[in-house]
Amino acid sequence: MAATKTRTSSFSRNLPAASSAQSPEIKCGPNGTFLVSSGIPDLDKTLGGGIPLGSLVMVMEDSEAPHHMLLLRNFMSQGLVQKQPLLYASPSKDPRGFLGTLPSPSSPKDDKSRSHDAEQEKGLRIAWQYKKYFGENQSNLDGQRDNKQEFSNEFDLRRPLDRHFYTGQHVDCISTKDLPNIAALQERCTSFLSQFPRNDASIACTGRIAIQSLCAPQCESSNMEWEMLSFIRSLKSTVRSANAVAIITFPSSLVSPSFCKRWQHLADCLVSVKAIPDEDKELAKLLTGYQEIVGFLNIHRVPRINTQVPAVLEATTLSIKLQKRRYLVLECLNQAPVDGSSGSSYGTSGSCSGSSSKSGSLDF
Amino acid sequence: MDSRARNLLDEALGLDQLTQSKSPLGGKAVLIEDCVETSGSFVLHQLIKRLLTATPNSSNVVLFLAFANPFSHYDRILRKLGCNLAAQRENGRFIFVDMLNVQCPEGKAGGGRSGLFALFANITKVLNSLPEGNRKCLTIVIDDVSLIEVAAHGSSDHVLDFLHYCHALTSNHGCSLVMLNHDDIYSSMDRPVFLKQMEYAADVLVKVKPLATGLAADVHGQMPVLNRDQCNRRGSLNNGMNNFQFRIKENSVEYFYPGART
Repeated sequence: MAATKTRTSSFSRNLPAASSAQSPEIKCGPNGTFLVSSGIPDLDKTLGGGIPLGSLVMVMEDSEAPHHMLLLRNFMSQGLVQKQPLLYASPSKDPRGFLGTLPSPSSPKDDKSRSHDAEQEKGLRIAWQYKKYFGENQSNLDGQRDNKQEFSNEFDLRRPLDRHFYTGQHVDCISTKDLPNIAALQERCTSFLSQFPRNDASIACTGRIAIQSLCAPQCESSNMEWEMLSFIRSLKSTVRSANAVAIITFPSSLVSPSFCKRWQHLADCLVSVKAIPDEDKELAKLLTGYQEIVGFLNIHRVPRINTQVPAVLEATTLSIKLQKRRYLVLECLNQAPVDGSSGSSYGTSGSCSGSSSKSGSLDF
Repeated sequence: MDSRARNLLDEALGLDQLTQSKSPLGGKAVLIEDCVETSGSFVLHQLIKRLLTATPNSSNVVLFLAFANPFSHYDRILRKLGCNLAAQRENGRFIFVDMLNVQCPEGKAGGGRSGLFALFANITKVLNSLPEGNRKCLTIVIDDVSLIEVAAHGSSDHVLDFLHYCHALTSNHGCSLVMLNHDDIYSSMDRPVFLKQMEYAADVLVKVKPLATGLAADVHGQMPVLNRDQCNRRGSLNNGMNNFQFRIKENSVEYFYPGART
């Protein structure tokens, strides 16, 4: 952001102007980035505070379960609650109808009951759970309660978002079926993003783009792989020069492996979601809170804008939980202790061994 | 050359032997391959820093074709490494070609050709603008090659042609070429012609990979470096293959042999 004018000395004062005049939905991140929330406080925390403005988030869908919609809904709701303009593209016939399914931010009252509830649960499980997870959770919940306009909200999945949030002019819905080709979608995105030019002085307004199931079979463009790639590339570069964040979910199994890799390389932030089978006895034995877990979230890539240092996460596999069937929560996998002395408790699980062997913090 | 700036990567690239001569990379073509898990762009940053700040009075010029990131990104990173790109750009030693939004237009017959022609014309223009004796000092850096393919809408042959032209510059004028590519893209193909051609043309091949054991906080990955120059040298027992591990920091990168880190 401070790059347009030439600074010949490496030592210069950081201009605090940009940070002071900003709204609560934007946070200062490391390396001169600004962060917005993904709508899931736990995901924000894992990604290092939030999603940096100007980054492209890609979500690899599970072909059999709609878990990516959970991420998408919270992402969109978060933007709408903060009155950020939104562009939503989906292969469905009636994309505006999807807005009716968005979750609403939970009221402070609910929050309290939830944290109270969580405390009770902790009391029961304290015997063998890792202590370090407590502190984080607690501070996270505390941060939620203060003022109305905040960086991120908790969303109650069972309460629909109030209509007035999404009836305004600032919400644009596109059905990718109606568009003649991918170039038309690209045009819409570019014109949407032109509302948020990036300049040094301040961030007036931020936008969000959500594209659901790009390249889904019902879209015309599924067999035009190079066109899709060049669409993603140009979207990435326009987002980078705008005060906006784009999220794309795509069915990775439908894209050929080599193109899938190309897509992954284009993403600033790459996550994948995976459902877990309903009645898996082995897993149920292995993981605590199995009843609440609906799937796994794998983080493959964390946004690295303006820095070369890779982020080493504590765990790359998180479990997606629906607490009380209302709140979307991401947690590190809590594996039941096998045997304290054996030390081989990592990577011993059945169907999730591929992911969990990576997730365990390796002790060197 | 002071020893503090020397490190395992420089040695493997042969940078330490050539500091006396005018062109630091010695007209070589360097190919860096990385994957989704571990990004190899830090090698580019290291090389740029090395080229621009190694000796204060050198006349090295870096021509940077940026397909992946905007200038501000590189500027911030290199600033932390101790190299002011903006200032270097002012005095003409760092030439930044912003290719972020450039589409190499697809004609009916031409494929991605015309756009790449223009780009190559641009490169030769820069080369010709340098004084005759200084052409050796030019290093062309491409970040990254897979995005040229995307920009050219998949006409890999044209991209290969373009790269061969660039490679020809290294033998004709003695300038150097540094390319970044992602090798996992091609791993699922049964005949990855594009990748093999590039690897064949490269004098030095740097592969950046994650550790087999997964992510670790103090070792970010490993990098086997194959230096064909070194294997061709008379009777050397060194087969030109080096494998070491690295840890990336904001202001430097640590290189060490496996297990050699205390």
